[in-house]
Amino acid sequence: MSYLIGENMTGGYGKGADILHDCTIAVDKGEIAVIVGPNGAGKSTAMKAVFGMLSLHGGSVRLDGKDIGKLSPQARVHAGMGFVPQNANVFTSMTVQENLEMGAYIREDDFTGTMEKVFDLFPILKEKRKQHAGELSGGQRQQVAVGRALMTKPKVLMLDEPTAGVSPIVMDELFDRIIEVARLGIAILMVEQNARQALNIADKGYVLVQGRNRFTDTGAALLANPEVRKSFLGG
Amino acid sequence: MHDILNALALYSNYVIVPGLAYGSQLALGALGVTLIYSILRFSNFAHGDTMAFGTMLTIAVTNVFLGWGISAGPLPTALLALPFGILGTVAFVLLTDRLVYRYYRKVKAASIVLMMASVGIMFIINGIVRVAYGPAERKFFDGERFIIKARAFKEMTGLDEGLAIRSTQAITVVVALVVMIALFWFLQKSRTGKAMRAYSDNEDLALLSGVNPDKVVMVAWIIAAALATIAGVLYGLDKSFKPFTYFQLLLPIFASAIVGGIGNPIGAIAGGFVIAFSEMGVTYAYKRFLAYLGPDGWVPDSLMQLLSTDYKFAVSFVILVLVLLVRPTGIFKGKVL
Repeated sequence: MSYLIGENMTGGYGKGADILHDCTIAVDKGEIAVIVGPNGAGKSTAMKAVFGMLSLHGGSVRLDGKDIGKLSPQARVHAGMGFVPQNANVFTSMTVQENLEMGAYIREDDFTGTMEKVFDLFPILKEKRKQHAGELSGGQRQQVAVGRALMTKPKVLMLDEPTAGVSPIVMDELFDRIIEVARLGIAILMVEQNARQALNIADKGYVLVQGRNRFTDTGAALLANPEVRKSFLGG
Repeated sequence: MHDILNALALYSNYVIVPGLAYGSQLALGALGVTLIYSILRFSNFAHGDTMAFGTMLTIAVTNVFLGWGISAGPLPTALLALPFGILGTVAFVLLTDRLVYRYYRKVKAASIVLMMASVGIMFIINGIVRVAYGPAERKFFDGERFIIKARAFKEMTGLDEGLAIRSTQAITVVVALVVMIALFWFLQKSRTGKAMRAYSDNEDLALLSGVNPDKVVMVAWIIAAALATIAGVLYGLDKSFKPFTYFQLLLPIFASAIVGGIGNPIGAIAGGFVIAFSEMGVTYAYKRFLAYLGPDGWVPDSLMQLLSTDYKFAVSFVILVLVLLVRPTGIFKGKVL
């Protein structure tokens, strides 16, 4: 029984055609689960389904054993889920510190401790906390985005292609940080284009094709699977 | 030296001092327009008439106060009535939001639809003001008229030219400054202000962060209504209140907001002064000014006026068109329209 599970999810955006068919995604605390697959496989859609951004008419989503299928995305944030969108995931006209403050907007308690923890995790953000997020480099922006999502002290962190558009060196650094976040006991679910590198750090991997689970295994096993290598990892 | 000082006093009297007051009034109006644009994402054409509505209410309360024998001594009584005018205008604007704009937000209408709805609201307010108040021009200033009179200035400095500072001009600048500082403090430091900036910057992410869109919209309307009333009353005190003039003010106000960079509060203020000084500078007759600066005994033959004051609206229009052609984001990089 996983901490977060989207089970047999079937559905699409609004009243449109189904994109997901019987798709199952699960992740446990302290674990990194990665969704990979070809373009248009429904990777991001599967994660958005878990976060409540599309209408499911089959299957269920459970967090810590409770059915959260009826909750809005905002309510899921309250329930302990953090989400980092792929695009426009920071407030560009606000400073780094204000971005983090906005992340903690729903919190009534004192969040300075959490902000210190985020600064420990991403030291560059502490240095640049008075700068506007729009002036930062792509990798630093992603750190702001992840930091913003961490401000609610989520139990699950969902990342939609966190390394899209950053250089390989920055990608490695971001993955290191994500591993550190997982070590704090947070469940991490992420969608990745860079399948090989992502599976390298993944405890669990989901290969989706056309909205269906094609392969599900540990990251290492998927990397070793000749069929997965041939079809999805370029040999 | 004497001549230069005379020229300076002359120019201050006819351009700089009135320009500062007019610029402050435009800036306050443009702040309201820019705020609604950045939160509700449409150009609110009803803003000029909202100013008229707020001014009308304030005049009504002023008359009640004067009837009771209450006055503010050397200051205009309208300043005492202003808070009540603001309250009434806020209530009215929230009502229009409830009855009109909220529906279009719910159906996620395009911003052009909201803008056209605001044109409708503009005509309605226009009608209400004309029915309740009439189209006539009225002055509602009372109290001390001048801070420095032209003659006192001449005696004080020994110059030939007088520099008069009317109390309404000083009040305008001081009130505008206080309001702007309060607004910037609110937007930069307060929790709600930050939520508003976040909502304006990235609506989806703000919603994800738990910002309540209804509250943000409501606060935006409250601030816009307050700014409109303050701008309208200050303009009316400084010049006079005539509903049609307020409708015409829409053009320089929009020009200010766009020149400064729409959606950017600092831009709205800068734009207000740019438009005000352009209007006054271009329509001022420089004959005597140049006579002081030129060789002794020389006086220009013509008035040395670039444009007749009748064309002052053309000035904001030309600046507006130029900015949209050359730098559509405005001086301070607002959103591209």
